[in-house]
Amino acid sequence: MNASNFVEGVDFSLYLILGISVFFLVGITVVMIYFLFRYRKKNNPVATNIPHNTYLEIIWTVIPTILVLIMFWYGWMGYKPMLTAPDDAMEIEAIGQMWKWSFKYPDGKTSDSLVIPINKPIKLKLISKDVLHALYIPAFRVKQDVVPGKDYMMWFTGQKLGTYDILCAEYCGQLHSYMLSTVSVVESNDFDKWLVSTPDTSSEHPGLTLLKKNACLSCHTRDGSKLVGPSFKNLLGKTEIVIKDGKEEEITVDREYIITKIKNPKSSVVDGYQAGLMTPYDGILSDEDINNIIEYIESLK
Amino acid sequence: MTESEISQPNYLQVKKGLFSWIFTLDHKRIGLLYLYSVGAFFLVGVALGVLMRLELLNPGRDIIEAQTYNQVFTLHGVIMIFLFIIPSIPAVFGNFFLPIMLGTDDVAFPKLNLMSWWLYVVGALFALSTLVFGDGPADTGWTFYAPYSVKTGTNVSLSVLAAFILGFSSILTGLNFIVTIHRLRAPGMGFNDMPLFSWALYATSWIQLLATPIIGITLLMIVAERILGIGLFDPSIGGDPILYQHLFWIYSHPAVYIMALPAMGIVSEIIPTFAQRTIFGYKAIAYSSMAIAFVGYFVWGHHMFTSGMSGPAAYIFSILTFFVAIPTSIKVFNWLATLYKGSINIQVPLLFAVGFIFNFLIGGLTGLVNGALAADVHLHDTYFVVGHFHYVMFGGTGFAFFGALHYWYPKMWGKMYNRTVANLAFAILFIGFNMLYFPMFILGIMGMPRRYYDYLPEFHTFNQISTYGSWILVTGLLLMVYNLIKGYFSKPVSEPNPWNGITLEWQTKSPPPLHNFDKAPELVKGGPYNYPNAING
Repeated sequence: MNASNFVEGVDFSLYLILGISVFFLVGITVVMIYFLFRYRKKNNPVATNIPHNTYLEIIWTVIPTILVLIMFWYGWMGYKPMLTAPDDAMEIEAIGQMWKWSFKYPDGKTSDSLVIPINKPIKLKLISKDVLHALYIPAFRVKQDVVPGKDYMMWFTGQKLGTYDILCAEYCGQLHSYMLSTVSVVESNDFDKWLVSTPDTSSEHPGLTLLKKNACLSCHTRDGSKLVGPSFKNLLGKTEIVIKDGKEEEITVDREYIITKIKNPKSSVVDGYQAGLMTPYDGILSDEDINNIIEYIESLK
Repeated sequence: MTESEISQPNYLQVKKGLFSWIFTLDHKRIGLLYLYSVGAFFLVGVALGVLMRLELLNPGRDIIEAQTYNQVFTLHGVIMIFLFIIPSIPAVFGNFFLPIMLGTDDVAFPKLNLMSWWLYVVGALFALSTLVFGDGPADTGWTFYAPYSVKTGTNVSLSVLAAFILGFSSILTGLNFIVTIHRLRAPGMGFNDMPLFSWALYATSWIQLLATPIIGITLLMIVAERILGIGLFDPSIGGDPILYQHLFWIYSHPAVYIMALPAMGIVSEIIPTFAQRTIFGYKAIAYSSMAIAFVGYFVWGHHMFTSGMSGPAAYIFSILTFFVAIPTSIKVFNWLATLYKGSINIQVPLLFAVGFIFNFLIGGLTGLVNGALAADVHLHDTYFVVGHFHYVMFGGTGFAFFGALHYWYPKMWGKMYNRTVANLAFAILFIGFNMLYFPMFILGIMGMPRRYYDYLPEFHTFNQISTYGSWILVTGLLLMVYNLIKGYFSKPVSEPNPWNGITLEWQTKSPPPLHNFDKAPELVKGGPYNYPNAING
């Protein structure tokens, strides 16, 4: 059984064209090398001028035309079913943001990796919070760009139990190659169990849960090392040089500063970091969420 | 040597000094100015490419950070596309040989020609200035896709302005060639008496003239959006990122034919010369260039099959893409038929032409895979595409460029390089090239996306092979460059036509006099591949 319902159509068009290509590549190369030796100066001192040959030219126009039409047809046949999802497909939101995938199920459960029941059509509603991404599952032979402001979808049916890579295939900035996740195809009763289970976050600070959920940790570390943005370690009380309206300014990081930066990251940028990359979280995180986050950051000393 | 030959100085001897070069109006000198500038940038681009391959030798960090890597592949793309391959063959060999092949003394607008080189220099300075000003060179990829290109803090504005200026250089070259071909052909030379390289340049020039303005305005829109905050492409301020992709590819797909058509023209010159016979299917080759240029305008959507496209748009773009394959395959069959019953003299320019056909076949055939909708969904934005376009651009156009350099070397300088070393350099280059890029097809089918700084462990082996290939390739390249430079300091060759060339440019002296011909050239009957030489008398 193939990993998804699209493997057959994609692979057929791929290997059909590759097969025809190898035939022509080998054939033309062999004939070319044969001519080079057969008609080299030593073997054939006087060239014969043949300006053209109508029959030959018709043949090598018509044959490629037929072949490319066949190639087109199987490409289209493999692609067409991808455009429309079946009505009974389960809808899941797939959210891409710099550099994290997350998945939201109809009953509200969210997860960093995709878990789907076997033999059930899945329709992913693709949402980007910032720039272009592309959700790519090589094993399933599916790929669709995730474009901010557009309601795109992709669909597939997992047909073989297992865990497969999800990659981002549209360049999205610094950590593009780390924007990875997985899709696990499981038995439907296992899926039902998974769906109602809640990951054990009781021992985890609610601020940390929020940082994980909102992809904050893709750019801000907890151990003091520099990534895309400043680290959370020892952040509160630190003095930083920030650039605000084109001017340098020395500030001390306090609650007020962090709240402003979460809600409106463009207000200023710490010297040595790139401006414009962070998503504004105004309206996404509540005041209580932000309080929790700050409380957690305070604990990182 | 006859007396008249002594009395006429060649174009290299006419004047000396730096100013006699950088302000020259002679199309041959402008061709050489372009050769030295695009050659230098090509080597810079190669160095960046080698750096990327080194970083990809192993998963994880090898030598540079992710951000640096992203800037390196962007700069590599910008330099190779805008500063090397688009100007390469037309601006170097087109400038040098088009007027000679047409039997005239210069292009239609020599001053405009000089200006287009100067615009190239200014554009190049803009591109390089991103290294020292602001927050470093752009990290967007050469495609500058919005909205990332609007959001990133790196020097996108300067980079796209560089491309904008370089676009004007390209437009002016195209305009100049079109007018030259229409107005300055030698008396009695019809369109169908022109060599096929001129036909290829003619088709290319129309693309340069008509398509380049679109990228110009599109890139200015990026700058306007970044500086003034006008919402054109960034949806967070009301723009549409898909609009950007359409505008970008409306130029950038035809631009692929700006890169490929002149290379096909070169091969159509080299093969008849070394087969010592007339080209097979002259009209088919000439008109297929025009057909490729025409159909090439309508296939840009095949870069966007996964960008969210309606079914009808997808199949129309797909089928039109397949139509490009037909005139292309006609050319390949004609080249093959030209070798049939020739009297073949195997020399290094012919090896490059044959290498071109082999590499270009792989590049073109893998393009068919990408043109098929279903296969493209899997392969789009993977290493398969990186392999595909390097086979077309480097294995194709790059090899044709080197072939042209070896072919016309004695004509341009009246010197000769060491032929044995040249053969060896070709062999190393050919092996290194295929070892570098072929594994990318396998990586792509396995599912490795492009523009990846780091990769999953299963992709390790083929990345290693590819990186080893890059070392072989560079060895061949350096040997080739060394051999060509060394040849420049060798003794002049005594014969004007060392290959027994059968085309018009071999009828004048090597190097040619300032006005190309001492007296008006006599056209022969039987087409442009029928001029007399030492063998056929």
